[in-house]
Amino acid sequence: MNWANKFEVFWNSICQENFQQLILKGLFNTLLIAVMGLIIGIIVGTLLAICKVAPKYKLGIRILDKLATAYIAIFRGTPIVVQLLLAYYVLLPALGIKGVDPLVVGIIVFGLNSAAYVAEIMRGGLNSVDPGQMEAGRALGLSYKTTMIKIVIPQAIKNILPTLGNEFITLIKETSVVSFITVVDLYTAFNTIGTNTYSVVVPYIVMALIYIVLIVIITVLVKLMEKGLAKSDRSN
Amino acid sequence: MIEVINLVKEFDNLNVLNGVDLTIKDGEKIAIIGPSGCGKSTFLRCLNCLEDPTSGQIIVDGVDIADMNVDINIQRQKIGMVFQQFNLFNNKTILENITLAPVLLKKATKEEATKKAYELLEAIGLKDKADVYPSTLSGGQKQRVAIVRALAMEPKVLLFDEPTSALDPEMVKEVLDLIKEVANKNITMIIVTHEMGFAKEVADTVCFMDQGKIIEKGTPTEVFDHPKNARLVSFLSKVL
Repeated sequence: MNWANKFEVFWNSICQENFQQLILKGLFNTLLIAVMGLIIGIIVGTLLAICKVAPKYKLGIRILDKLATAYIAIFRGTPIVVQLLLAYYVLLPALGIKGVDPLVVGIIVFGLNSAAYVAEIMRGGLNSVDPGQMEAGRALGLSYKTTMIKIVIPQAIKNILPTLGNEFITLIKETSVVSFITVVDLYTAFNTIGTNTYSVVVPYIVMALIYIVLIVIITVLVKLMEKGLAKSDRSN
Repeated sequence: MIEVINLVKEFDNLNVLNGVDLTIKDGEKIAIIGPSGCGKSTFLRCLNCLEDPTSGQIIVDGVDIADMNVDINIQRQKIGMVFQQFNLFNNKTILENITLAPVLLKKATKEEATKKAYELLEAIGLKDKADVYPSTLSGGQKQRVAIVRALAMEPKVLLFDEPTSALDPEMVKEVLDLIKEVANKNITMIIVTHEMGFAKEVADTVCFMDQGKIIEKGTPTEVFDHPKNARLVSFLSKVL
């Protein structure tokens, strides 16, 4: 088969409505898992990071700090595929939960996994904010929490946004392993087309191109957000 | 009134404050001078518990703020602080810097706080800077905004931690002038400073600290013109 032929086979297959729907569904799921995963990751990761940077006066905080450290060790210490398999094929049956959409499992596992990485990113970002900012807030009578939310975290976000952008890019690429728990993502969609037409070359190349386009778009969006956040800098 | 009794502060077995005693009357202006590392900044930072004292008491209007069971956030509302490095909130405009705490702590509504902030900015000639971010201001302007930010909380006590040390020489005067103006109000002021002329001019009482203790205390005339302690004499001979 020559290249023209291969393209024709691929073109014919994506002209079929069921394959079009499969690709759209795959694209949607890939983005959904990555976006929701990042949102969960940011929320849980921020909480974990706060447990780690909070002053260790109280016993409760010291316990939370240890728990956060253990959480991060567990989620960074095992491959995401293993976490997906354990969650879907071990944990859910063990808990007797049936009929959960594997997509939901994928989102949650990616979110919790991402949280471990985001926590470390956040911790670095929070530590990079001048301690004088916290002191100024506290000296005015604001609580640790209020100063953190109103003053320190917004400044930390500016420092960590580029790194979070990288985390999102990593998430999008890693979602390709959700096929292990039967979720249809971009990879599954193109793999199905390839195996159905006995020609994987073009589907795989097109799949790669779609990933690249997605990631270029995200890179541009992150750059734009950075510019928006830089408004409080002199150099805008 | 503030009463500091036998205040001790240790950092990892390093004794920074070795039992400081000081009584500060309402409205009194106190300047704290001393060589680098004598503990004067640490002492000031203990007065609003930015550093937690290792032992001793700091009684502000009858409340021992060194007691860990006291809600320090409420006590700090009465005690403003001006930092060497200004520490304006980088992510807030000048106006927001001034109104943030009064509004969040329900000392004023947003409208009241904004109105007052404009008045305060007008008084220091920076009304046109209300909507810019701190990074666009000069050091002197930043420090004057920081003073106004502290004043917006209507504190009874103001702590100044070397307020002019991080400034270019030509900006020192504008900040000192503002502090002098504030000194005319009935606010208790405790100023850690290297500006001896300023201390002499503005303070009712000057405290000389060395090795974590106040070793000489008196009126500016007593301390600067008739120093008794040998270390104070040697310190003054270097800085005056």
